[in-house]
Amino acid sequence: MAEGIMAERGRMDRVRGDRHPERDRNQALAALTMDPEKIRGKHAALCFATMAVMLGLPLWWKTTETYRASLPYAQISQLDSLLIRLRVPVSVVFIQGSLPIVDQQKLPFTIVNERDVPLKCKMKLKSRFQQAYRMAGSHEERALKMDTIQEAEAALPSPKEDTVGSLNIFVIPEKSSLLPQDKMSYIGPKRTAFVRGAQGRQALTVIGQRVLQVAQSMSLTDEVLAAALGDRLPEDKRGSDKRRPLKASLGYEITFSLLNPDPKSHEVHWDIEGAMESFVQPFLSLFGALGNFSMDSQILYYAMLGVTPRFDAASSSYTLAAHSLPHVINPVEARLGSSAASLNPVINFLLYVPERAHSPLYIQDKDGARVATNAFHSPRWGGIMVYNVDPKAYNTTRFPVKVNVDMVQVMEVFLAQMRLLFGIPYPQMPANYVLAEPPSEGLRSWELDRLLWARTVENLATVTTTLTSLAELLDKISNIVIKDDVASEVYLAVDAVHDTIVELAAGNLHSAFHASREAVTSSEKAFFDPSLLHLLYFPDDQKFAIYIPLFLPMAVPIFLSMIKIILENQKIRKDIEKVD
Amino acid sequence: MAMAAPLALHLLLALLLGSGGLSRAEPERDSLREELVLTPLPSGDVSATFQFRTRWDSELQHEGVSHYRLFPKSLGQLISKYSVQELHLSLTQGFWRTRFWGQPFLQAPAGAELWVWFQDSVVDVDKSWKELSNILSGIFCASLNFIDSTNTVIPTASFKPLGLANGTNHHFLRYAVLPREVVCTENLTPWKKLLPCSSKAGLSVLLKAERLFHTSYHSQAVHIRPVCRDSHCTSVSWELRQTLTVVFDAYTTGQGKKDWSLFRMFSRTITEACPLASQSHVYVDISKNSQENVTLEVSPPPTSTYQAVVLGDRRTYAVYDLLNPATFSGSRSLNLQLRWKQQQDSGGHLVPFLHAQRYVSGYGLQTGELSTILHNTHPYRAFPVLLLETVPWYLRLYIHTLTITTKGKENKPSYIHYQPAQDRLRPHLLEMLIQLPANSVTKVSIQFERALLKWTEYTPDPNHGFYVSPSVLSALVPNLVGTKPANWEDSPLFSTMFPISDSSSHFVRLYTEPLLVNLPTPDFSMPYNVICLTCTVVAVCYGSFYNLLTRTFHLEEPKRSRLVRWLANIIRRIRGVPPL
Repeated sequence: MAEGIMAERGRMDRVRGDRHPERDRNQALAALTMDPEKIRGKHAALCFATMAVMLGLPLWWKTTETYRASLPYAQISQLDSLLIRLRVPVSVVFIQGSLPIVDQQKLPFTIVNERDVPLKCKMKLKSRFQQAYRMAGSHEERALKMDTIQEAEAALPSPKEDTVGSLNIFVIPEKSSLLPQDKMSYIGPKRTAFVRGAQGRQALTVIGQRVLQVAQSMSLTDEVLAAALGDRLPEDKRGSDKRRPLKASLGYEITFSLLNPDPKSHEVHWDIEGAMESFVQPFLSLFGALGNFSMDSQILYYAMLGVTPRFDAASSSYTLAAHSLPHVINPVEARLGSSAASLNPVINFLLYVPERAHSPLYIQDKDGARVATNAFHSPRWGGIMVYNVDPKAYNTTRFPVKVNVDMVQVMEVFLAQMRLLFGIPYPQMPANYVLAEPPSEGLRSWELDRLLWARTVENLATVTTTLTSLAELLDKISNIVIKDDVASEVYLAVDAVHDTIVELAAGNLHSAFHASREAVTSSEKAFFDPSLLHLLYFPDDQKFAIYIPLFLPMAVPIFLSMIKIILENQKIRKDIEKVD
Repeated sequence: MAMAAPLALHLLLALLLGSGGLSRAEPERDSLREELVLTPLPSGDVSATFQFRTRWDSELQHEGVSHYRLFPKSLGQLISKYSVQELHLSLTQGFWRTRFWGQPFLQAPAGAELWVWFQDSVVDVDKSWKELSNILSGIFCASLNFIDSTNTVIPTASFKPLGLANGTNHHFLRYAVLPREVVCTENLTPWKKLLPCSSKAGLSVLLKAERLFHTSYHSQAVHIRPVCRDSHCTSVSWELRQTLTVVFDAYTTGQGKKDWSLFRMFSRTITEACPLASQSHVYVDISKNSQENVTLEVSPPPTSTYQAVVLGDRRTYAVYDLLNPATFSGSRSLNLQLRWKQQQDSGGHLVPFLHAQRYVSGYGLQTGELSTILHNTHPYRAFPVLLLETVPWYLRLYIHTLTITTKGKENKPSYIHYQPAQDRLRPHLLEMLIQLPANSVTKVSIQFERALLKWTEYTPDPNHGFYVSPSVLSALVPNLVGTKPANWEDSPLFSTMFPISDSSSHFVRLYTEPLLVNLPTPDFSMPYNVICLTCTVVAVCYGSFYNLLTRTFHLEEPKRSRLVRWLANIIRRIRGVPPL
């Protein structure tokens, strides 16, 4: 009985063991060869998914993408760490007797001196003085036999290399009487300078140093650079008075305004037409390279200053204290009339004839002393001069009093202010230098070169900042459309920057300046292109608010069925493995 | 017709173009005249018209240095930069009710109106027009920058140059009206700034914004045109007229009294003339005083009176010369007062010969009808009228429905110029020369259909409606009394706005009311609602579609829970059926 039971159990066990694998395989087979309905459903789901991925996604992507032309990001990021070399060709001419005979035999030769100009940013600036030493020709020898240095300079044959940005330095014998005994060098109004020679063993080195010193003070000095670059220089190198000249621009509008707040007592005449012709035009004609200048003048009546002057009983006059000067301009400016017809910066020169009740009016400086010129200037804005009417004129009964403005006195002040506004400070020279008076136009040639250098470097810095911030902005906000013309302007700007650097290194100042100006124009055009703003106000969360009602109900079933299919497949694979 | 007058001057201009030399010996080449005309209106209101005229004997067209004295620099620069021949800009709040107030010296449509004649040297007139309107928008703080091709028209006959003109090729004319523009203090301030005396002296002292805008009609305008320099017209001068017209409702604010004084109207009095003005007059219309019947009294008594034919009627003016010290002899300030001796019957006034109304009729938001009613009240003389209609493109005019009826009969216009609109590009322009028979009412009507706008094209408050600019009527209206052409330069400013062509008629330009038309306006949350709704519909359809395609459906044995089976078994046991 027991045996029977055991046998029975064993059989049953065998049967169970037999039956189970069979059933599993059947199930797996059934799953593999599922009923066609299920397979069709699976295929349909897969079709949907592929359609969505292959067709829907690209379509959505294509129709909603913002057009972004490619930009030279790599080159723009390199702009930040530019290396600018300013090549200054200096021809050094030795007169007979200025050099020991031994050294004379070494001539002619060329040496190059490079000097780092420290800047705050990564940009590197190097001035490179390429000094070509040679002996003087017979013409030059003859010219320098003259009695005075001015005559000598005038008699000098115009040098071969009198191009913008080059310098000619003549080395005269140490004991020469052309210069006063205590003076070491003379800097002329043109691109010419004279340096005393030396004798002895180290003559050439000593002379070389003197020449270099002169060349440096005639080319881009730190103070000029400070004025041009403003806050891009390290703190300690910045100009002491923090002058900010006008920003480089394609053109400037100069407006001379005569303010007559009291037309009942004063009938002011100023010969501005004549003054412009004889003073301003010649001065500005020198700046032709800098940009276009347009000028006009106007007379404004009843234009008051914003500050009531204080009465000073001691001198029975009225004073404007230095601390109140910043408040003077604002109310006047509303009347000046911004330049309607162009976008160029306006430089204002105001001649203020104080009302009779407030005259004479004097401007006081910080220490309370009267300003000799009775004028002040506001950086990047213009200048104001107070013109007092001669009190004797009031001894009549006939009003208004006729006032004829002395334009020479006024224009002297305005031209001096204009120099400051353009960033041409009065050159500071060591004590043993003789500085020639500027020619009649009011500007020395090398000062103009210096200005061009400064402007070129300033332009480069401006372009760098503009392009870098544009690239940064475009990188940060992916919504901005970059049109092809914007991109082409950026390319133009980058190319122009490289041109500028090449030209500067080659010593072609004029073409370098023009290239830098082009770079500024293109970069500004790209930066201020209105098309950049078109889609800016379409934030991402709003986009999602619009997409979700459509995409959520469509995407969720696809995802779910995909997950289901994947899970099923995995299960089948496992089952088959088990069966095998 | 109206345009005959300038034509007569063309020949003269041709003669003088060769001899346009400037004499620099002449110290002052500009002059200022200021004038205020106070007119008691038939309705009991008072209109005050200020005119400031700056005449500049200079050729503004030359590029180069300009020296401005009385002429404002910003406008001068504009004229020379954009080669403007003539410029007329008006900013108006309110509507001049011609029927009740009589003929104005110079009417302006509600809102902003700008029309400019360019010189024939301008190549791209549309570009200049666009830039000019943008700059004017900046100068006058008005929304003139909204002037674009959709509201600019080129009238062929209605707007002829008012000053000297070389030719009248209407391709150099642009005309635009912005009826939506609201005029306020911000527009008055820049306008006042253009005055040589600002608002510090002379008649401009009265221009106090809070009073000027507390009126039923306020219209300020700037008119620039070239005029003859002298009676021989051998050279050209530029004339800038700044006019300002206000209508005080003295009758209602004065408790039924029509008496007024300067102080009550402007809350200021006149203390002096502008010292820069060569002429400064105040005129008070006292035509109601006939010889036998003194109905009104002005105080202080005028120094002189002026009689002239103004707007076709004989008028008498009391004249106050502010430059004459006798005017201020009694007191330090001039406070003009007018007192009516006897109450006037308000109905007895003469309705102007030409006046017009305009309205929109029809119901629903699909179609409508524009009607203009022109009245000729002259008892026996017929005269032609030039009617100019500009209708925005979103009212689609059916030109075949244009009907002009006079006294029940069809009136055929002798000249029609119609330029159909282009959607989003340009408005409809309809110009017609219609003969108005004596003592008649003419109705001009045209049907239109309202277009559906794109949802971004609606104004911020679309339910307010859309403005349709007023019709412009230009006509030579017969005079009541004959007139002799007076010396142009010596006559008061108010009579010299339009050139006088002959003695029997005078030129009148009238504007009708602007219309407000409702367009079918959608609900502006609609786009998002539509997105949500369509997405929901798509999602629902898509969901069921997806399920149908991907799921398999088969019958399944209903599964019973254990509890159900237990209950069923109990019942079966009771019934004696084998359990499940």
